[in-house]
Amino acid sequence: MDFNVKQAKQWSRLGPRAVYGMAMLELMQKNERVYALSADLGVSSGLQRVMKAYPQRYLNTGIAEQNLIGVSAGLAKEGFVPFASSFAPFITLRCADQVRMNMGYMHLNMKTVALGSGVSMSSLGNSHYGNEDLAFMRSIPGMTILSPADCGQLTQAVYAATEWDGPVYIRLTGEPNMPIVYEESGVYEIGRANVLRKGKDVTLIATGSMVALALEAADTLKTKGIEAGVIDMHTLKPLDTGCLDDVCGLSKLLVTIEEHGKIGGLGSAVAEYVAQMDQRAPLLMFGIPDRYMKAGDYSYMLEQSGLTVEHIVSVVCDKLT
Amino acid sequence: MACSVSELEQSIYRVKKSILQTAYECQKSAHIGGALSMADILTVLYKGYLRFDRDNTRWEDRDRFILSKGHCVLAYYAVLRECGILSDDMLAQFQKNGSSLGAHPTMNLEYGIESSNGSLGQGVSMAVGIAKAGKIKNEAYRVYTLIGNGECNEGSVWEAAMLADQWTLDHLTIILDNNGMQSDGASEEIISASGMAQKWAAFGFDVREIDGHNVPEICRAFEEKTQGKPKIVIANTVKGHGISFMENNNEWHHNRLTKKTYEQACMELEESQRGL
Repeated sequence: MDFNVKQAKQWSRLGPRAVYGMAMLELMQKNERVYALSADLGVSSGLQRVMKAYPQRYLNTGIAEQNLIGVSAGLAKEGFVPFASSFAPFITLRCADQVRMNMGYMHLNMKTVALGSGVSMSSLGNSHYGNEDLAFMRSIPGMTILSPADCGQLTQAVYAATEWDGPVYIRLTGEPNMPIVYEESGVYEIGRANVLRKGKDVTLIATGSMVALALEAADTLKTKGIEAGVIDMHTLKPLDTGCLDDVCGLSKLLVTIEEHGKIGGLGSAVAEYVAQMDQRAPLLMFGIPDRYMKAGDYSYMLEQSGLTVEHIVSVVCDKLT
Repeated sequence: MACSVSELEQSIYRVKKSILQTAYECQKSAHIGGALSMADILTVLYKGYLRFDRDNTRWEDRDRFILSKGHCVLAYYAVLRECGILSDDMLAQFQKNGSSLGAHPTMNLEYGIESSNGSLGQGVSMAVGIAKAGKIKNEAYRVYTLIGNGECNEGSVWEAAMLADQWTLDHLTIILDNNGMQSDGASEEIISASGMAQKWAAFGFDVREIDGHNVPEICRAFEEKTQGKPKIVIANTVKGHGISFMENNNEWHHNRLTKKTYEQACMELEESQRGL
């Protein structure tokens, strides 16, 4: 799905959920095999227009996520391309065994979408946060995991997932008025990370909502005389290890930044790979602490997690000097 | 119907014999009790009613069958053998290292196996999705899934049941192998399996309750049409049916046949065959 700067700005204002619904509407116009499903969270998935335009192709299973995954699997077996969406913990952990059997073991061509992953559900609290979803989804053999950096890339992810033969999990982070990383559509290939900047001192590897923050941190580091590279790891699985091979030899320090618990997400994925290298830079991992925090606004939660430019710059500077 | 009652009974005999032989020859524990309780219903379904092409197991218009109580796969393999889809050589691989015929079904359309199961409570959801797809595509295939009474402890069964009613999936038939037992013992002492007919009727199903070892009753249950409702055939069965020392004896939920117990079981089966 191509987009220009005007659309990028408009979509950023709308936020990931509304843009997911918009992308689905356009996709369903073009591809009649695509169906939208949810466990009674169609409106929260931004699918109001889909529900109106294609009432027969929006399937609400009721508040029953295990059944949502099983029914999607049945549709996938019969040649449809189901997209099932819900809040992050409900579309992954609530129905974990259905995900394992249908998306993993049977490797069915179905797609699931996590709304408001990380801490973007803000004051709704830990019951709705997605701090553990990647740890589980990464452990499923054959799974493809996409984590778009902004709303423009989200539309590309939805289209790419449709073309991809096999199970795909799309993890949405961020909120309306989220920063723009891509002002227009560029190259987007599943499994191929985007190197946004090169820098000899440190490489910031980020995913989802944290890519924009990594770019900002790189700007700040530059004012302090530190050259920082930035990688948008928009595909968590399969991990672009070729890209890691390239940067590991160049940087004095590797940094991962993600809106996910520190266990099992991007940091873990990078650590699992680079730990096996003979020569490698040290690795710093930023993510949500391994505990259930008191809830608050999105920016408050990110602050509590140390996911701010100031905190990251300060820790990186300390490490390098 | 393609077969007479007598022919179906002969098939059931061969299926049960194959269950025992396969279980014995693998020299490992197997879920024999539940396989024997569902053998009659599954044989009648495949030999009498399910539309499939044994030479083209991917035939698009085939009826779909999902074995939700996957642990009783021995009966499934034996029925597929009886239908000429699996061979004796294939069954000899049961539970062997690296075999395609494991202790739970693995999706393999070439072998006529629609889905991977073993984790209870998931088959009905998939069957509902397949049935919905059939409605959308306006295809005539029917969808069958076989579940156990113990499996009905799983909440996901009822999630799927509610949706089957909501979507009026009247080409979906659930078969409940209601043998009244489960892994730890009698369902009555765990989660009672009595009152299943009322429960399923309350969930919007057209309920047929039958003796799951009575071939004419099984036939009637499959033949009777339902209008605007999904159907459930509650087959009241006996776990370990047909073998005296296995009947209602949960030691045979998952157990290994010795030479002595195998020969005893075969002898009893043959005696009952002579009585047919």
